[in-house]
Formats: sequence, structure tokens, C-alpha cells
Amino acid sequence: MSMLDAPTGRRVAPGFGVLFKTELLLALRHRADIANPLLFFVTVLALLPLGVGPEPALLAKMASGMIWVMALLATLLSQESLFRGDFENGSLEQMALSPQPLYFAVLAKSMVHWMVTGLPLALLSPLLGLMLNLPAAGYLCLFFSLLLGSASLSLVGAVGAALTVALSRPGLLLALIVMPLYVPVLIFGTGAVQAAIDGYGYSAQLAVLAAYLAAAAALAPLAAAGAIRISTET
Amino acid sequence: MEVFLAWQWFHRLGSPRWFYQKTGAWLPWLALASAVLLATGAVWGLGFAPEDAKQGNSYRIIYIHVPAAFLALAGYYIMAVGGAIGLIWKMKLSFAVMRAAAPIGAVLTFIALFTGALWGKPTWGTYWVWDARITSMLILLFLYIGVIALGRAFAREQVADKACALLALVGTVNIPIIYKSVDWWFTLHQPATIRLTKASSIDPSMFYPLLTMIAGFYCFYAWTLIAHTRVLLLQREWRTQWVREALVEEK
Amino acid sequence: MPSNSPHLLQVRDLSCERDGRDLFAGLSFDLASGCAVQIEGANGAGKTSLLRTLIGSAADFSGEILWNGESYPKALPKLRESLLYIGHRAGVRGGLTPLENLAWYGASRDAAYRALELLDLYGFEDTLCQQLSAGQNRRVALARLFLPEAPPLWILDEPLAALDVAGVSCLQGQMACHLSRGGSIVFTSHQPVGLTPLQSIQLADYAAGDTVAGGVFVGGEDVHA
Repeated sequence: MSMLDAPTGRRVAPGFGVLFKTELLLALRHRADIANPLLFFVTVLALLPLGVGPEPALLAKMASGMIWVMALLATLLSQESLFRGDFENGSLEQMALSPQPLYFAVLAKSMVHWMVTGLPLALLSPLLGLMLNLPAAGYLCLFFSLLLGSASLSLVGAVGAALTVALSRPGLLLALIVMPLYVPVLIFGTGAVQAAIDGYGYSAQLAVLAAYLAAAAALAPLAAAGAIRISTET
Repeated sequence: MEVFLAWQWFHRLGSPRWFYQKTGAWLPWLALASAVLLATGAVWGLGFAPEDAKQGNSYRIIYIHVPAAFLALAGYYIMAVGGAIGLIWKMKLSFAVMRAAAPIGAVLTFIALFTGALWGKPTWGTYWVWDARITSMLILLFLYIGVIALGRAFAREQVADKACALLALVGTVNIPIIYKSVDWWFTLHQPATIRLTKASSIDPSMFYPLLTMIAGFYCFYAWTLIAHTRVLLLQREWRTQWVREALVEEK
Repeated sequence: MPSNSPHLLQVRDLSCERDGRDLFAGLSFDLASGCAVQIEGANGAGKTSLLRTLIGSAADFSGEILWNGESYPKALPKLRESLLYIGHRAGVRGGLTPLENLAWYGASRDAAYRALELLDLYGFEDTLCQQLSAGQNRRVALARLFLPEAPPLWILDEPLAALDVAGVSCLQGQMACHLSRGGSIVFTSHQPVGLTPLQSIQLADYAAGDTVAGGVFVGGEDVHA
């Protein structure tokens, strides 16, 4: 039993790298959870022409907006489980008790969430643009706007997920509190694609998305960390 | 010393009992002030202010629409400040103010939206137009509903208070961004037929009744907020001695 | 460290309420380094609430708690550097193996192997925890106590529950070893634990009556949430 040294007085906390790697490992082991939002994204967009008719001109007009709205919904759907498993098995509480600031744990989780939802959504978007007859000028911009915008969505959504993690059925409530916060991303994302289709420059819109992302990366994990402390309180 | 006194006053203001006892005396005066102001403003605005050259009598709905929209936005900030004070100084009273402000603000936002829609029919020929200000108001309503729904979802009031306060603060940071982006979106999509006569100056004969109505709405808001906060305090503190004493006195 | 600051954790006149019900009131005790405190009480007496208050995860308490002479909640960041808490929810992630779980808590690979071996999990190091039994998962959580970098203050909620006889004696040995090295432990348990020095606190002795509940608030000074 006496193989141990005296208590060191300081607890060893895992660094950001360990947190990030662990989250990525967990995400990759649950591949079905990654696939579901993407399948949802593709399925709903495939339903769209069935609803509004197959007329190419109409679809072309709606394509960028619909792809963006569906990306929003797909992100939101996957957000509910962001902290849930860790809350139930107690590791969220252990994160809150770690001497490592909770900010980094939330940041690691949000980054991994983006890598397994936002990034594949952005990669899939040209395919859906093709199906919905998106004008050729819009593809590149759609990809980049989704790439930047979905990262903000993951970060902002983490606040909502942290606020509702202690509730037994947060689904619709999470949508209710997070959706209004998604508005600026949606507006500038679709605005950028529209500008590209109309033949204007769209770097200004992408710059706004990037600025929003920078602010979200700085502030959203702080708010989510506060929300986790509230949610794990007895 | 002065700092100390101010702090003590601030601290005392945070006592639910002190708040309940003091504000009981304010309520009748606030009710009287809002009744007089609202009645004066309504009669003046609806009966005596001149007709608008372009819109005829339909413009008169601004006497409700504008004050409601004013307070809807101000109410969100009042709610967020209440939440912030609660989170920082852990004051029960300010959490109660925050929780009381949420439904009041949501109703005011709804009134602003509803009157805006009514106003839209004679002005634009349709009840709903995706105008920048109306859209922003709609999103504000969603933000309010989010706070109310979150507060109801928790079984424990202390947790609900903190969660609502945090959400209100997050909303506060986002409101200017949302408003700006909606403005930008509207200028992008603005159809030529819809132009708001925002820049046109308002005549004093129409403006003074509007000011009276705004003042009346502020008084009415204060009255509702205080009354609602008092009820919440009684509900939350019912086990304590002072609530029992207060209720016996009022019998 | 232990000699000049004998009382690491000091609890003064602590009262806890939950959902408007007073759990206990007037609780005071000191925890010195090298000592253990066992909290006893019936179900619902507030044992878990007390532990959660001590780790700083429950806000509604009155009274004073000091960590190294500094009061809560100011002392919490420092407390977290020295705290190892294991609650009802074990903090073991099903999607990770026992080794990965311990690595997430900052353990080196060798240390994690040794700790798991001591807890009879040899051969399960690379099995996903969701495939292990409840008792094995519990032991993965407890393996944190067997890591060489264990922090000085342990707060354990029912550490002996769901363990077999061999597991109980192994854990008791480790707890005794921790005390002998100057560490300190607060824990709850329904069964007697052979540790010295051990202070036992019966929460029933501090049960809050109605009079106390009224007394706490009578002045109307209870401003804080």
C-alpha cells in the first residue's frame, strides 16, 4: 500500500490538448451521432422540392436560404446531447471541480462539436446546392460561410445546451432559447451567398461572420461555463 | 463614510421585507399617476390631436404602439440588470424583479407587435410586413419567451433564477447585434413600395400627447413591476416571519 | 504543511436547506490534516447536500466554511487544486476505457495501470467502461484514489457502496494510508469504517426544528439568495 508518495498538495489537471483529444475520441466512437444531423440535413432538403415543386428557377432562388436554415436546425438538433452524457455520468461535475478553468473544457467540446457537425455540413453543402439548382457563383461562398458560421452556431448553442442540461426534456426549450441568438449568423450567411450569386463581393459578410466567431469564441464558453456551474449546483 | 452609507442603503434595498413594506405606500400614487397620464394622453391624442396629412386617423395607434415598443426594449434591459445584480451580489430581491419583468415585457412586446400589425393594414394594405423594426420586435418576443420558458422548466427557484439571469445577459449582449443585422437584412431586401416615413418630423401638436402617453406607460410599467414583484416575494418568502406579519396586518 | 496549519477545513454553524426544507442547522467541525470525518445519518438527512456544500457546489447554505483560513466562496479556486471528490455519479465516461478515463483525470499511463491493478481491474484496462459492470465502473472511479498524485483532501460520497469484501478492505487500506501521509478525508458511509483518527458526525443531532428555521430568517436580513 505504501507505493505512493506523500500528497503533493496540487491536483494535476489535464491540459487543453488532453481535453480536446478525449472529446474527439468520444465523438469518433459515436459515429451514429455524427451521421444523424447530416442525414437529417440531407433528408429535409430532399423534401423541399416535393413541397414547393421542382421548378429550377424557384429552387435556385430558395437554395441558399434553405440550406442555411437546415444547417441551423441540424446543428441545433445535435446540440442537445453536447453535455448530456457527461452530466449524467458525473464527469461534467468533475470538470466544474477541476482547477483547470471550465472555459477550456467548453471550448474543447464546442470545437469537437463543430468538427463533427458544422464541418461535414459545409463539406456536404455543394452537393445539396447541386440538387437545389444553386447558381454556380454561390458554391464557394456557401461553403466558406457555412464553415465560419457553423462554428459560431456550435459555440452559441453550447450556452443553451449548458443551461438546459439539468432538465429531463430540454429539446424544444433549447430551440426556443437558442434560435433567436442564431439570427445574425443566418442573416450574414445567406447575405453572403446572395451577394455572391448576384455577382457582388462577399468578403465583407464573411468578415462579419469571422468577427462574430471571434467574439463568440471569447464569450460563449464563459457564459456556458457559468451555465454549467448553475446546472451542476445540487 | 458616504460610500458606506450608500452601500448600506443598497443592501437594505435588497431586503425583501424592506422592499415590501416601503413599496406598499408607493403603489396607490403610481396607480394614480399612470391613470391620470394615460387618460389625459389618450383623450388628447385620440380626440384633439390633428389628423395626419397622409395617414388620416389611422396614425393615432402610435399613442399605444410607440410607448409599448419603447418599454418592451427597456424592459429587457431592466430584466437583464436585475439578473446581473442577482448573480453578482446574490440578492433575492433583484432575482424577483427579473422574474417579474419577463412576462410584463413579453406582453408589452406583443402589444407593440399587435398594434403594429393593425397599423399596417391601412398603411401598407397588409397586416404583416417583414419590416426591420417589426422583425426585431418579433425576435425580442422570442427572447422574452425563452427566458420565461426556461424559468418555468426548473423545479428549483434558485436554479431557475440564475439560469434566467444568465440567459437574459446573453440576450442583452446579442440584442444590438441582432438589431443591426436585421437592419442590414432589411435594407438588402427592402421592396420599393414600403417606405416608412421615419425621417419626417412629428408636429408638436401630435408629439405632446405622445410624450404624455410614454410617461403614462412608464408609470404603469413601474406599478405593474412593483406589484408583480411583491406577489413573487410573498410566494417565495411565505415561510418567514415578516410575511406572516405582513399578511396579518393586511387582513 | 500539516504542522503549521492544523485545520484545513473549518465548518462554523453551518445550516443547509433544500427546496424550502431545512436539512440541518448549527453544524460545526474542524478537519485537520491526517484526520477523517465520517458523516452518518438516515436517507434524506442531508449527507450528500453537506458534501456538496463542502465542495462548493451548493449555494444555499448559511454559516461559514473556511479552507486554509479563507472563507467560501472565495477559497473555492484554491480548494479545487487540493480536492478529490467522488460522488454518486462516478465521473466515469462510458465511451472511454478505464485507462483513458484516468488519463483524463491527469494520470500517467504507468500510474493508471498500477491503480487499476490494485482494484482488481487487471485485464480490463482497454475495455470500454460502458461494457463493464456497475461495480467495476465504481472501481474505475475509485482508482483515482490510488494514483500517486492524489490531492490532499478527499470528499467521498458512499465510497464503500457497491464494493465486494475484498474491495472494501483494499479501499480502507488506501484511506488509512492517505491519512498516515497527512491527507484528510470527509466521507459518508452506512457501514462502520476502521480508520484512526476518525471523528463521527451524526446529522440527526443537528436536525433543524421549526423554531430554528424561523429564527434564521426572523430579522428579515436574509437578503441573499
